[in-house]
Amino acid sequence: MFVVSIVVFALVRLSGDPIAIMAPPEASQADIALMRNYLGLDRPWHVQYATFISHAVRGDFGKSVRFRRPAMDLILERYGATLELGGLAVLIVIVIALPVGVYSAVRRGSTLDYAARAFAALGQAVPPFWLGLLLVLVFGVMLRLLPTSGRGTPLHVLLPGITLGWFAVAGLMRLTRSSMLDVLGSEYVKLARIKGLPERTVIWKHAFKNAALPVVTFAALLFVALLNGSIIVETVFGWPGLGLLVIEAVDSRDYPIVQAVVMCLSAMYIGVNLVVDVLYAYLNPRIRYSSS
Amino acid sequence: MSTITATDAVAPRRRDRRWPPTLPLAIVIVLVACGLFAPWLAPRSPLEGSLGERLAAPMWMENAKPGHPLGTDRHGRDTLSRLLYGARISLAVSVVGITLTGAMGAFIGLLAGFIGGWTDTILMRLVDISLSLPGILIAVLLSVVFEPSFTNVIIVVVFLLWPSYARLVRGETLAIKQQEFVALARVAGCSSLTIMFRHVVPNLMPSILVLATLHVGYVIVLEAALSFLGVGIPPPTPSWGVMVADGRGLIEQAWWVSILPGIAILVTVLSLNILGDWVRDRLDPKLRQV
Repeated sequence: MFVVSIVVFALVRLSGDPIAIMAPPEASQADIALMRNYLGLDRPWHVQYATFISHAVRGDFGKSVRFRRPAMDLILERYGATLELGGLAVLIVIVIALPVGVYSAVRRGSTLDYAARAFAALGQAVPPFWLGLLLVLVFGVMLRLLPTSGRGTPLHVLLPGITLGWFAVAGLMRLTRSSMLDVLGSEYVKLARIKGLPERTVIWKHAFKNAALPVVTFAALLFVALLNGSIIVETVFGWPGLGLLVIEAVDSRDYPIVQAVVMCLSAMYIGVNLVVDVLYAYLNPRIRYSSS
Repeated sequence: MSTITATDAVAPRRRDRRWPPTLPLAIVIVLVACGLFAPWLAPRSPLEGSLGERLAAPMWMENAKPGHPLGTDRHGRDTLSRLLYGARISLAVSVVGITLTGAMGAFIGLLAGFIGGWTDTILMRLVDISLSLPGILIAVLLSVVFEPSFTNVIIVVVFLLWPSYARLVRGETLAIKQQEFVALARVAGCSSLTIMFRHVVPNLMPSILVLATLHVGYVIVLEAALSFLGVGIPPPTPSWGVMVADGRGLIEQAWWVSILPGIAILVTVLSLNILGDWVRDRLDPKLRQV
């Protein structure tokens, strides 16, 4: 987390002078110096960093240079939108990928299995930003069924949500399938069947629980995919979330916003990794004390 | 019922894997040829358009203009020609990017695995750090620091992919180090450097190669995504991602401007992934989980 903060700080500072963008062209040297002083940009970098980090810990990332409002407020404002989008995507992923993955492993060679595998291969090759445009073309322009940009009604979230979920569905489906196949071939699944347990219990309780291990690991990757994806998808659909916020902020060299967003997203990312590690230990007690 | 599924699940998939899948291979060969020979194949210039021929439709639709089989964009530039030149960009980015990443990541992994101890700890910590930074955000920041450019895309590619090579190679090196021939080489008086490069590296090559082929498709999508966001290859260079971005605002009048390059990406990446899977099954089936 500390390293993230340094990298973010350094990159952002290297990226150019915000004064050049903020100040009107006719501003005098004195005006510019005054502004620099007001924003604290004239102090040495390590002082700037110390100020930045001490405030950041308290959730204060300074004011947005462009909106003249606290960066944290803007983040909280946009956070809900990203969460809504991400939530729908996760829902789509779990509702579709897990059952289909399990099913296509249990009934391998069936039509659905082939369809699912074709979809997975396709889903991993399709660039998300283009898929978004395709959906806009089909549902927005040709069929005129769904709104294509902005946020408002529940319908607005549909297209971006599907776009965001798509890639992850493909990956998770593939993984669930191969992991289920491994487990279904094992001795204890045979034993469970010999015991005469109903097929449903065998599949979900005995097989799936063990197959879930790599799937949980994938959850961390899934989160990254969603994070990266949300930046792209939000740009395509003009969805007012964190991704769009950071892209806009980078365009206008809005340091505090960029710093705040990247720090928040990294914190979320690291947090999720932690949760995954804990879950992992829960699902597989063997690895609990093995490392470190 | 249940017994049938059980035996089904046990039986490994058997397919003849001696020859690469034909269609994807053909597509990739054609694409490479397109990229290499774009200047001779392209009917028009990819950068100059004529304003009189703006937004011409592809030839199978109304409004088509002769000489533009796939239509033109907002500036009257020929889509087909731009697609051909775009193949060149994708090709260049993936070849340069993956070669650099592979070399760098593998070297770091080799050092970590071979030397061990503190070197290992520090290098692997670096890997963890690299993995804990959100990739696209860093890409976005980088592009602001260094202005969007080809080099920039390569930096991002290296940044995002090197940890996977480092990890893979480290693991493999640890395994190879235990083998007898390494000990024998040492007994025979080889220096550590000789052992590393003469004896360990050749044994690493298959896995590195497999990972590299699997990454090609990913890199192409990554480049396109960065260019689409305006932080990759700068327009007017005809990268596929740039083309999709160009067509974004035109989706209602001229869908072909953005949809066609997308199809190009899709087909390319799909073919590359299938080929990548084949290479993996051929060279190193145990990498399935990677």
